[in-house]
Amino acid sequence: MVSAAPIQKKAIRFHARSFVAFALAPEAPLSNWLQGLDRWIENSPGFFLGRPVVLDLNVLKPSAGEVAGLVDELAQRGIRVYAMELAGVDDLGPGLPPVLKGARPSTLDETVTPPGQKSAPPAPAEQPQPEARTLILETPVRSGQSVFHPHGDVIVLGSVGSGSEIIAAGSIHIYGTLRGRAIAGAMGNSGARIFCQKNEAELLAVDGWYRTADDMEASTRGRPTQAYLENDVIWVAALD
Amino acid sequence: MGKVVVVTSGKGGVGKTTSTAALGAALAQTGKRVVLIDFDVGLRNLDLVLGAERRVVFDLINVTQGVAKLSQALIRDKRVDTLFLLPASQTRDKDALTEEGVESVIASLADKFDYVLCDSPAGIERGAQLAMRYADEAVIVTNPEVSSVRDSDRIIGLLDSRTLKAERGESMPKHILLTRYDSARAARGEMLSIEDVLEILSTPLLGIIPESEGVLRSSNVGSPVTLNEPTNSAAKAYVDAARRLMGEDVPMVLPVDRRGLFDRLFGRRAA
Repeated sequence: MVSAAPIQKKAIRFHARSFVAFALAPEAPLSNWLQGLDRWIENSPGFFLGRPVVLDLNVLKPSAGEVAGLVDELAQRGIRVYAMELAGVDDLGPGLPPVLKGARPSTLDETVTPPGQKSAPPAPAEQPQPEARTLILETPVRSGQSVFHPHGDVIVLGSVGSGSEIIAAGSIHIYGTLRGRAIAGAMGNSGARIFCQKNEAELLAVDGWYRTADDMEASTRGRPTQAYLENDVIWVAALD
Repeated sequence: MGKVVVVTSGKGGVGKTTSTAALGAALAQTGKRVVLIDFDVGLRNLDLVLGAERRVVFDLINVTQGVAKLSQALIRDKRVDTLFLLPASQTRDKDALTEEGVESVIASLADKFDYVLCDSPAGIERGAQLAMRYADEAVIVTNPEVSSVRDSDRIIGLLDSRTLKAERGESMPKHILLTRYDSARAARGEMLSIEDVLEILSTPLLGIIPESEGVLRSSNVGSPVTLNEPTNSAAKAYVDAARRLMGEDVPMVLPVDRRGLFDRLFGRRAA
């Protein structure tokens, strides 16, 4: 029964993986913050689906009991918390996501490109990180595709289909028709802008401020358009 | 090696099965050896549209699982002797399909036939992804209507990422087949225009099939419109599309049915 199969010695190797996580930083009063989150989810259903979310509790500084309630509230909205950040606390107890330390604000060198599109080769590890890199997409972005570029600008030479989205740390330039959603300055950059040759967008957002198609200036529909932030108000204006 | 073409759409009810049958029959009538595979396991329809439902013994699942040989499952059309059908199973579901099984069936069919047309189920799940996985080319069936066009856009994205060709870094030739097109309604703005559809999908056009009662009439008697009513405008459009699929340069014309005197006098108001 027992057969002595030759045991191969294999070194255990640990592979490092880095992912860009979205950090949610709840603020008091919590009910208002959750309302704001609900409004965002209503406008972007499925936005958090499958995306790693980290809870930054350094603003709210809740008790362990409150944290459990908050994690439950988020779970009800389909948001799974992968980890939490809370200075001075090592662990919040079993049943709650682990507390992580040493996060850096989006300095990861990763781009998520639509399947089939080759992502840019990773930069050699020894070299200093470039400030910003531009992602150029030469094919149309199709419905259902999500392009996430946490470094710099995204340029699309084709159109961006209805039901697709582009999320960039910098600005977004679309040389075709924008029919999906464009989210510029996603990691916090109020100077980011969105430009498109023809505006049929479902949603435009800069630095967290957004406009849906319904509340865009009707005069910009179908025209070359830009979206930018001025005094925390997002403006959508025709370019011609 | 034959050419493997997937007929797909994302949205249901736009005419994938009807178009597979009509294109397949038109290709076979030129003397090419053509096999149609029904990938809609659990909801098979292609056998009905081809009028072969009384002759189904074995099906695609039986072949992929090794229960039956390919030659036992293939059904030869009674009208065009170069046209064959590999039916789907009606009693199983899409989980019964395996990637390896589909690959080996398509490989052996591509060996024996000039054209292997894969009739995809609706949706973007397993069945649809397996139908497109081993294709060399794709025909995307679209109605001039916003939801159909957006679903087609989604399918094009999948064709460019989830197929074997895409994973090898090759590009897959894709063609739009615009079905149920009604030029009068498009002119009145009740439908998307051909230009709108092509602009959104930025993919070349294979053909424009006009809305025609003959299509449903033919399906109901179990015969592709290209065989049953060859003079019908939709049938002619399918024949032209099949010739373009074979690489011929056929000018794109909007086929219209010749109207009778009565229609010309009173028919304008009737849609």
